[in-house]
Amino acid sequence: MEFVASHLLTLILFLPALTAIVILFLPRARVGLIRGVAFAASLVPLGLSIWLWLAYDAAHSGYQFVEQADWYRAVGSSYHLGVDGLSVPMVLLTTLLTPLALLISWSIAENVRSYMALFLMLETGMLGVFLTIDLLLFFVFWEIGLIPMYFLINQWGSANREYASFKFLIYTMAGSLGLLLAIQLIGVASRTFDLQEISVLWSGLREPLTLLGLPITLSVGTVKAIAFWAFVIAFAIKVPIWPFHTWLPDAHTEAPTAGSMILAGVLLKLGAYGFLRLVLPLYPVEAKTYAGALGLLAVLAIIFGAFAAWGQEDFKRLVAYSSVNHMGFVVLGIAAAAYARGTLAAPDAVIALNGAVLQMFNHGLSAAGMFLLVGVIYDRTHTRDLRSFGGLFPLAPVYGGILIFTSMASLGLPGLNGFVSEFLVVRGVWPIFTVYTALAMIGLLVTGAYIMRGVGMVLHGPLNPKWADHSLEINRREIAAIGPLMALMLWIGVWPAWILGVINKTVLHLFG
Amino acid sequence: MRPEILSWLIPLPPILSFFLIVLFAHRSNRLSHTIAVGAMLISWALAMSVFILALSVERLGEHPLASSIAWLPTAGTALHIGVLIDPLGAVTLFFVAWTCLAIFVYSVGYHNFGSPRDNEDVPGLPPRAGGIEPMYARFFAFISLFAFGMLTLVVSDNLLTLFIGWEIMGLCSYLLIGFWYAKESARKAMVKAFMTTRVGDVFMLLGLAYLYSVTGTLSYRAIFSGPVLERLAASPSVVAGLSIAGLIGLLLFLGTVGKSAQWPLHVWLPDAMEGPTPVSAMIHAATMVSAGVYLILRFFPLITAGWYEGQALTPTMWVIAAIGAFTALFAATIAVTQNDIKRVLAYSTISQLGYMVAAVGIGAFVAAAFHLITHAFFKALLFLGSGSVIHGVEHGAHATHEHIDANDMRNMGGLRRKMPITFWAFVAGGLALSGFPLVTAGFWSKDEILGHAYETGQVWVFGALVLAALLTALYTGRQITLTFLGGPRSSAAEHARESVPTMTIPLVILAVFAVGAGWLGIADDFPVLGGVLPNWFHAFVGGTLLEEPAATHFNAVPVLASVLAALGGLFLGWLVYRRVRAEQADPLVGPLGPVYTLLQRKYYFDELYSFAFVRPAYWFAETFTSRWLDRVVIDGILHGIGRFALRVGSFLRNVIDLPIINGSGDMVGEGVKRGGRGLRWIQTGRVQFYLVVGLLFAGLVLSYTLAIRP
Repeated sequence: MEFVASHLLTLILFLPALTAIVILFLPRARVGLIRGVAFAASLVPLGLSIWLWLAYDAAHSGYQFVEQADWYRAVGSSYHLGVDGLSVPMVLLTTLLTPLALLISWSIAENVRSYMALFLMLETGMLGVFLTIDLLLFFVFWEIGLIPMYFLINQWGSANREYASFKFLIYTMAGSLGLLLAIQLIGVASRTFDLQEISVLWSGLREPLTLLGLPITLSVGTVKAIAFWAFVIAFAIKVPIWPFHTWLPDAHTEAPTAGSMILAGVLLKLGAYGFLRLVLPLYPVEAKTYAGALGLLAVLAIIFGAFAAWGQEDFKRLVAYSSVNHMGFVVLGIAAAAYARGTLAAPDAVIALNGAVLQMFNHGLSAAGMFLLVGVIYDRTHTRDLRSFGGLFPLAPVYGGILIFTSMASLGLPGLNGFVSEFLVVRGVWPIFTVYTALAMIGLLVTGAYIMRGVGMVLHGPLNPKWADHSLEINRREIAAIGPLMALMLWIGVWPAWILGVINKTVLHLFG
Repeated sequence: MRPEILSWLIPLPPILSFFLIVLFAHRSNRLSHTIAVGAMLISWALAMSVFILALSVERLGEHPLASSIAWLPTAGTALHIGVLIDPLGAVTLFFVAWTCLAIFVYSVGYHNFGSPRDNEDVPGLPPRAGGIEPMYARFFAFISLFAFGMLTLVVSDNLLTLFIGWEIMGLCSYLLIGFWYAKESARKAMVKAFMTTRVGDVFMLLGLAYLYSVTGTLSYRAIFSGPVLERLAASPSVVAGLSIAGLIGLLLFLGTVGKSAQWPLHVWLPDAMEGPTPVSAMIHAATMVSAGVYLILRFFPLITAGWYEGQALTPTMWVIAAIGAFTALFAATIAVTQNDIKRVLAYSTISQLGYMVAAVGIGAFVAAAFHLITHAFFKALLFLGSGSVIHGVEHGAHATHEHIDANDMRNMGGLRRKMPITFWAFVAGGLALSGFPLVTAGFWSKDEILGHAYETGQVWVFGALVLAALLTALYTGRQITLTFLGGPRSSAAEHARESVPTMTIPLVILAVFAVGAGWLGIADDFPVLGGVLPNWFHAFVGGTLLEEPAATHFNAVPVLASVLAALGGLFLGWLVYRRVRAEQADPLVGPLGPVYTLLQRKYYFDELYSFAFVRPAYWFAETFTSRWLDRVVIDGILHGIGRFALRVGSFLRNVIDLPIINGSGDMVGEGVKRGGRGLRWIQTGRVQFYLVVGLLFAGLVLSYTLAIRP
């Protein structure tokens, strides 16, 4: 117990990877065993992160549960883990969504062993990004998260998977290159990769930089500018910010259900997390200069994301575009905070950031839930075409109720989670970017339109006779997978203080 | 128990009922309605206890029942939410509890509880022949949620929880208007209702954000304190010409425009008739639309900040008054030409809400609140009455196998003998609606609005409202005459029968309120009657505001105008429609000509909105954003980059790699090979050959040394 308590983060981080290795040695034909082991093992990190959540002390600012060990001393990089109020909710979200995604993956029939192993590797990759406070490790985990997802889409996706997975890989790789460059520059300039040390050193850095003894010297300003833009582009692609978003509808639509859940639920958050963890703290000046442009792109994402979702005929594509719309609010909050830092509007910035972080968590719940539900109906009908549904409510009343509930959470109905975060973002951004906030309302209006369209075309209307003797109702396993998400949606909607209190303390400490 | 705690509890039973029905009781009809009605009964009892407790508080406006808790941690502080029962809240709670309860009980009979399930009925369509509704349990779950939304809104002490209740009602109206979703019209109506009200809601959300930003709180008592209001009224807003208070007031008012179906967002309410009739009553009287007016009443201090009685209206008040007065008249003209019994009532709701909105706009706080309450009672009564009528006619149509539209008043007539209880209740409601002098509640509340408009010199508001009052009486007279008087115009009407007691008892109770509620607010200086009963309503509700508003003085002009409009309109309605026969065109078609068509097509607003907003927006979504912008432009650029990279790659391979690098590499290999091949002939392996070569070579060397170089 003593060991577990002192190595909590390491255990959460590496148990999934360990399980992945174990699974590779299980007999290929024992599909049931493989599923069972993968699912059961993914519950352990969940249990540990609930423990982490309960043991985390919100009143204490700074990183907690810190672990540090030598790793790569020559370049000043160490194995350094820690969590604060930004990462704790993300860790909880990741470890929660993984078992649920595995539970929904029972419908995967081919190559189950590799599928499960890849999925668990993916979990380690994502967790690493949230847990590490060393930039080199950050990059390593960032890439570890990318590759399994490529294979999940490429091997287990639907018809157009080759194109989608390739697009996803190239797009993200393009971002990663800049990320690597920026991290190297920072590392060379400050002679360490440790984020805590960098945040202290970075702002005091004055010496021009000589690269590898070459006769080129870069002024600190240039280094910072290059690193800033490299970060911004990498994270902007991941979030995704309009117009870097077109990989998303393809990747989400072609990925297997569980893949889409994780993709929308967690992977997109990596980008937003990068903004919060690296861009805002390390580049306050640059971020402030370009905050207006970032805010504009966020508003465009909100508006165009909503309109594009409304224009889809494919149910899954509709949900995919809704992510662009919802993540736009996260970025809008971040942009406003970047702009208002150090001014009179700083309390507004804190509110906006609270909203942005909570929106990351909330979107993780509702997007994962929506993809799950799309997957459920796809499993039974083998189509995602909205026009071929219609009138399914009496055939699947429980499914219908759950779909309406989840859609409403996604729409931001007050009383459910999405409202709280969107309201906080709107409230925080209004005094800072008044016009942007007003424009974002167009997106909010159209959000209603696409949700109504999705729900209406699936559940309402005269019954398409094709489905009359199909059994479409959601089964117990699937209900078990979405149940926890629904409970959280309601809980956060009714009593947001339990999670917002944690976020608020850290945001106040970092940006207040 | 302390009354604040009781207020917290009021909204809880319906939400519990919702979850209980959805999770456990959806298979049992009896259990589901027992839970729903029982929960509503508990809420009603709690609401009545709180109401009575509130009455006993001395100067309730200054010392309301209130309590709050921290809900949302934000930066250094927290957002508090809580409950507040002040005079306005108390009277609203009173009518909401009564009308909701009546509607819940009525629904049991309306959905044919007790009849067996007809096997030909399908979920999503109304029962064909008097069988029990296939989705009976679901209906009770939804209206429970609806009641929860409204009760939350009423007991809230802050704008945030008000908004939560507000939006939950938006969802419920969506679900219930589209309850019979297999009907195309219902499907369209549900989306229309949700989206149209959402237009108002997003503006309201901005107002919320704005208000919260400038005051740091959303709770009424903190906002409506003198210094805060003065500051808001004095500082200019982001929009030129408006103070912050004025702009926030307008943004919030836009929420009301959506929810209370004021022009130009009125289009959803008539279509909301597609839902079952108890839902119409719920939306039109007890909950949704009343919530909109409740909002502007609640924010009356903010809307009127910087304005004092007797002064010119602020721009915000002016807009509110203009929209209200215009809507009151505009909707009344449409109502005159509608043939669907519920549609007439729908337009009449829009029109009556216009009265209340106009009253708020001209600063008549108490009059608006008074009309809100009387209207809730008589409109709930009229809707439930019309539902009873439709039920009766449907029964007749089923008995005679006649295929008619049971909602169409042209197929009715003579129902007063078949359905006496419904008839008398409906007449009570109709007279209240048209403001029949002295006995009905509608007269007293409408008269107070007219009196206030006249007294403050708002001539155009007064004129529009009087004209609307005349039209109101006219269409009410027409409706009662066409429905109940004369002889039956179809065999279905001839074989109609009175509804079951679960439907008629709520009618009777509401009729009592529709008549009696007005007597609590008779002006003290009204001739003869004034002072017999104290003007309790004004004294009580006026106490909500910091400065108690002065009561309107009696003036003969508005009273006479109102009496004449009511009596004249009713008489005219009866006179014109008393002899209408089956298949006969409406008597007004001739005299009105094309105007009649214009009115009957509702001024073509639906067509206009579809053409000007809905279709362009969808084009923008489907064609522009998702097809052009994303697939052609952005993906085009990407694919262009991809192709460019491919081309660079193939250039490198075909022009540099293959000829130069591969080429030179190959050249070395090939050259050596070729050289080797060329020299192969000398490597034959035969000793004789080698000796010959050696001999020749030796000969050559010898010749050279001996002969050429001596």
